[in-house]
Amino acid sequence: MRDVAVVGFTQSESVRRERDRNEVEILIPVIHELKTRAGITSEDLDFVCSGSSDYLAGAAFAFVSGLDAVGAWPPLCESHVEMDGAWALYEAWVKIQMGYADLALVYGFGKPSMGDLPLTMALQLDPYTTMPLWPDAVSIAALQARLCLEGGVLSERDMAEAAARDRRNALDNPNAQVAGDFRAEQILSEPYLVSPLRKHDCAPISDGASAVLLAAGDRAKEMCERPAWIRGIEHICEPQELGVRDLTRSRSTEIAAEKAGVGAGKVDVAELSAPFSHQEILVERALGLGSDTEVNPSGGALAGNPIMAVGLSRIGEAADRITKGSANRAVAHATSGPCLQQNLVCVLEG
Amino acid sequence: MSEQESDANEPVEMLRMPVELDYTYSAGTSASRFLRAFAEGKLLGQRCPVDGKVYIPTRGSCPQHGVPIDGEPVEVADKGTLVTYSIVRVPSENIPLELPYVAIQVVLDGADTAMHHVLSECELEDVHMGMRLQAKWKPREEWETSVGNILYFIPIDEPDAPYDSYKEHI
Repeated sequence: MRDVAVVGFTQSESVRRERDRNEVEILIPVIHELKTRAGITSEDLDFVCSGSSDYLAGAAFAFVSGLDAVGAWPPLCESHVEMDGAWALYEAWVKIQMGYADLALVYGFGKPSMGDLPLTMALQLDPYTTMPLWPDAVSIAALQARLCLEGGVLSERDMAEAAARDRRNALDNPNAQVAGDFRAEQILSEPYLVSPLRKHDCAPISDGASAVLLAAGDRAKEMCERPAWIRGIEHICEPQELGVRDLTRSRSTEIAAEKAGVGAGKVDVAELSAPFSHQEILVERALGLGSDTEVNPSGGALAGNPIMAVGLSRIGEAADRITKGSANRAVAHATSGPCLQQNLVCVLEG
Repeated sequence: MSEQESDANEPVEMLRMPVELDYTYSAGTSASRFLRAFAEGKLLGQRCPVDGKVYIPTRGSCPQHGVPIDGEPVEVADKGTLVTYSIVRVPSENIPLELPYVAIQVVLDGADTAMHHVLSECELEDVHMGMRLQAKWKPREEWETSVGNILYFIPIDEPDAPYDSYKEHI
């Protein structure tokens, strides 16, 4: 295996609605800042991979215009996943492992404010038997939360505490969309949005973008004083159909965590991408995190949720803490699909 | 055949599941500026800060160097040089022009990238690279935030541009 590290990370603010800028214009300064900080141009990049969704943009091949932000003349080696940018990072990592690249740019971007995100998400459900009923993403997550509560897996207080923690942590994150000195009692006194979910149990919907630079071996050491080395990365998928899997635990996260080697050492920091508070608890447990791990110092997805970039941002946030020296070992998580269907786990070390 | 009449062993080949999702678009900061100017009869480009090339339309970044373009837009002329063309003899319901017509790439004076348009009021056998063209605009009262404000380009009585002046666009 080649040593591969995160050597740079930039992100936009998470905002509910970008009125003026289009998707690409949100992305342009993010990539420019990353390249400027690293002192590189597009011609230094061996590989470029992005994550975005044409369903959010409402236009076919919308992702192609993202290359305007990169600079693709002379032509460059590029790929795209119709998933969160964390999966684009996985593809770039594989490309580097195979020896096809030493330096790769990965980015994720989305402007969900153009449409109705919870309804758009219904399109990822089974097209014959589930999608025609148009179950929105919040309702689907609420069904899962109810299963967890009735099964005694977690309590509404647990959920409120997770949400309050994230939003307090986000006070230190200038890019967060929702931050505040919240307490569980306060959240529990609020009305349900979609029972048993309260507004604070749900991640905000954010327009935004983020970008990561990956480099191999000596290249990483040249570019960064303290690279965040990827010591394990794995993604595991469960069936699409909600009725055939255990929704009260995240088996795919458990397997990915084991394969990525999460338990091989103390985890200083974990950045989780679960968009609902009960899902965050399920992921935290599946990763086997203990009380000595600081969870979501950035606030996680519950504080800022730039769709298609939020998972990549978790890897970037975790790497940032290693690069800056406040953590030696970090875990980042990304999710995709309804009710934690597919999960990616990345272990980073200084 | 209704579903009641169909055989239970027949595959279901028809499902009614209408999908309707509403989107609220904005063209973006750069394209909005371009289109607002177009509604005033002006053609705007932007200058790349790296090599000084003027891109039209304005797009917020240089697609070659991948750098943001923050500077003021540059107005370019509504006349230019034909750099390539094709004579179209296939009808399209979206194009209201009589067949055959000429699809062209034209580099406007003051711009460094070619834009797509059509050529008319020209004999087909006279169309050639390097010929000088001028935009034919819709009547002013019909202008809107659309590139359709230019109906088509027409030849003008100017000597052909020398090959070297446009060879990089070929």
